Amino acid sequence: MTIDALGAILLIPAISATLLAILPGYLLTAKLNVVAALATFLTSLLLFVIETTSGQYLLLDDLNKVFIVLTTFVGFTTSVFSASYIHHEIEIGRLTPAFLRFYHAMYQMLMFAMNLALIANNIGLMWVAIEMATLTTVLMVGIYRTHEALEAAWKYFILGSVGIALALFGTILVYMAARPVVGEGMDGMVWTVLVKHAAQFDSALLNVAFVFLLLGYGTKVGLAPLHAWLPDAHAEGPTPISAVLSGLLLNVALYALLRFKMMLAVNSAAITPGPLMVTMGLISVIFAALMLYRRRDIKRMFAYSSIEHMGIIVFAFGMGGPLANFAGLLHMIMHSLTKSAIFFAVGHIAQVKGTQKIADIGGLTVTNPVLGWGLMLGVIAIVGLPPLGIFMSEFLVVSSTFARAPWLTVILVLGIIIALGGLVLRIGAVMFGEPKGKTAPAEASYVPMFTHLGLVMMAGIYLPPVLVTGFQNVAKLLG
Amino acid sequence: MSSLQFDIAHLLAGSLVLASFMMLYQDRLYALLNVYALHAGVLALSVAWQAYVQHAPHLYVTALIALVFKAIIIPVALHRIIKRLGIHREIENVISIGLTMMAGIGLVALSMVVMLRVTPGADALAREDLAFALSVVLLGLLIMVTRRNAVSQVVGFMSLENGLVLAATGAKGMPLVVEISVAFSVLIAFIVIGIFLFRIRERFDSVDVQALDRFRGERR
Repeated sequence: MTIDALGAILLIPAISATLLAILPGYLLTAKLNVVAALATFLTSLLLFVIETTSGQYLLLDDLNKVFIVLTTFVGFTTSVFSASYIHHEIEIGRLTPAFLRFYHAMYQMLMFAMNLALIANNIGLMWVAIEMATLTTVLMVGIYRTHEALEAAWKYFILGSVGIALALFGTILVYMAARPVVGEGMDGMVWTVLVKHAAQFDSALLNVAFVFLLLGYGTKVGLAPLHAWLPDAHAEGPTPISAVLSGLLLNVALYALLRFKMMLAVNSAAITPGPLMVTMGLISVIFAALMLYRRRDIKRMFAYSSIEHMGIIVFAFGMGGPLANFAGLLHMIMHSLTKSAIFFAVGHIAQVKGTQKIADIGGLTVTNPVLGWGLMLGVIAIVGLPPLGIFMSEFLVVSSTFARAPWLTVILVLGIIIALGGLVLRIGAVMFGEPKGKTAPAEASYVPMFTHLGLVMMAGIYLPPVLVTGFQNVAKLLG
Repeated sequence: MSSLQFDIAHLLAGSLVLASFMMLYQDRLYALLNVYALHAGVLALSVAWQAYVQHAPHLYVTALIALVFKAIIIPVALHRIIKRLGIHREIENVISIGLTMMAGIGLVALSMVVMLRVTPGADALAREDLAFALSVVLLGLLIMVTRRNAVSQVVGFMSLENGLVLAATGAKGMPLVVEISVAFSVLIAFIVIGIFLFRIRERFDSVDVQALDRFRGERR
């Protein structure tokens, strides 16, 4: 039964990818894309009610359940947004139906690859899945085929490839460390086996392996100074892909890092990954916060905000301990929901105004009140103002680490405040300034955006006890 | 393992590093491609030798992929692409050959120090292979950062990937090696197709998508 449901969250996207590649007619395929994403999401909910076992290839535990449900949920809402987004793109002729067929097939391939990376119990398989997710997103980032889009896709391609190449070297080193203990063959790559025996591994080899894994998967997480691909890829691709990149793909790469962190935690002689992650997290926060001030492109600006938040999350997981892990996990979920909601709003705004330049967008609350206030709410959430969910998770991150490392927390809070200033400064003119640009009403689907924002708001005010205990279990698992 | 077997494996892995060094200072695209073909050929030999020594028949598949796909198909395809893009006469100014070579030597020394120090427990062949493989990976990175042309960056990436395959085959009994080398081949095929479709010349200075559309007779 477990394997059935687990298999289904891989099979549904895989089958629909094939179907979507064959079927003509974008109205039909857009609907089919939504249906497939919904089916995958519902199947992922089934994972909670059934018994869990893990085989040599697939694994299901409390940690990846959270990631899977988040991924399939945001995948579903983004597909709803995508349907109305591409409708507009077809009308203005930016995309042709032939490209759209390709786009939908790639969307489901991406879902498949991310789900596979999340449930893989095999570090080699996980690597292949993340490579596949990179490839599909590269193809989608370059889909507009403008000069900028191609450059962004190429940059993403080369940097992403180098990243996953380093990650593979790290994976090979992990196998080398495991081989004397667990023997040759498949066992040396099965995660559950590795964790069980990690205490006896050669710690020096594990240390080097982790450095490569951190650099490799860290590139995909978008940690500074390895982030160079991220702003371009977010700004030039179709907005649904920006939402999925920020909301999901960064998390999947982070998930891979967390798995290896858990393995290192078992080996007492190995380095603690914490300080490395804390350092990279803080650098990302400060760097991204400063970069927010000079942005002219609205999608690029929110891409830098993603780097900042991934920095906060990596900082929290790097600090470790039940409380900080809990805070990191909550922050990750809140960030995924909020950032994708922001991209939904920004996507429609860019379509209405016909531009992504901040200088050319103005007075949104007058011209397009629903979109404008939606984005405003999203920005209020993302900068961490109460009473929304991100305030809560940021507060938890800061308070849970303050007693242990006051100076680091001060730097973190400074970064958060700088980022708040940057975002508010930039977004103020967009919201309340003189109305600029076209004022046509938006043909937007507001449901996905407000669903996400509603969830974030609810989480800020009241977190159901079931969720709290669930997250606490995961936090304990992370050590 | 007899010392002759070890020596041959050592020789082949060392030659791969040497081929990486040769790639560092090539300033013509054709020459760079030819050295890359040599690089892939040496890799194929090295992997085949490992397959023989380890009694691991599945590694012959990896060796075959290296020989057919990387040493023959890809260089030939890139040759034709370079000719079509009209960049075959261009000379690339590699940033001061002497400096690059010094950096390369430094990187190799670094990987020797790191890998040999952390693997005292592993068997000698695997250690040496890992150290050589890391050198090839780092030299590949160096080739990528010192080039501005998209084609030569890809060649740098492919040599980096050869280093990874060397490491994977050196790790005795590692599963999924064949699958990983296939996955990498797909990746590389995509990159090469990408160069051709997008007509990436001197790093995007003239990506003429309009021309591409006309060429395919597509309407906008």
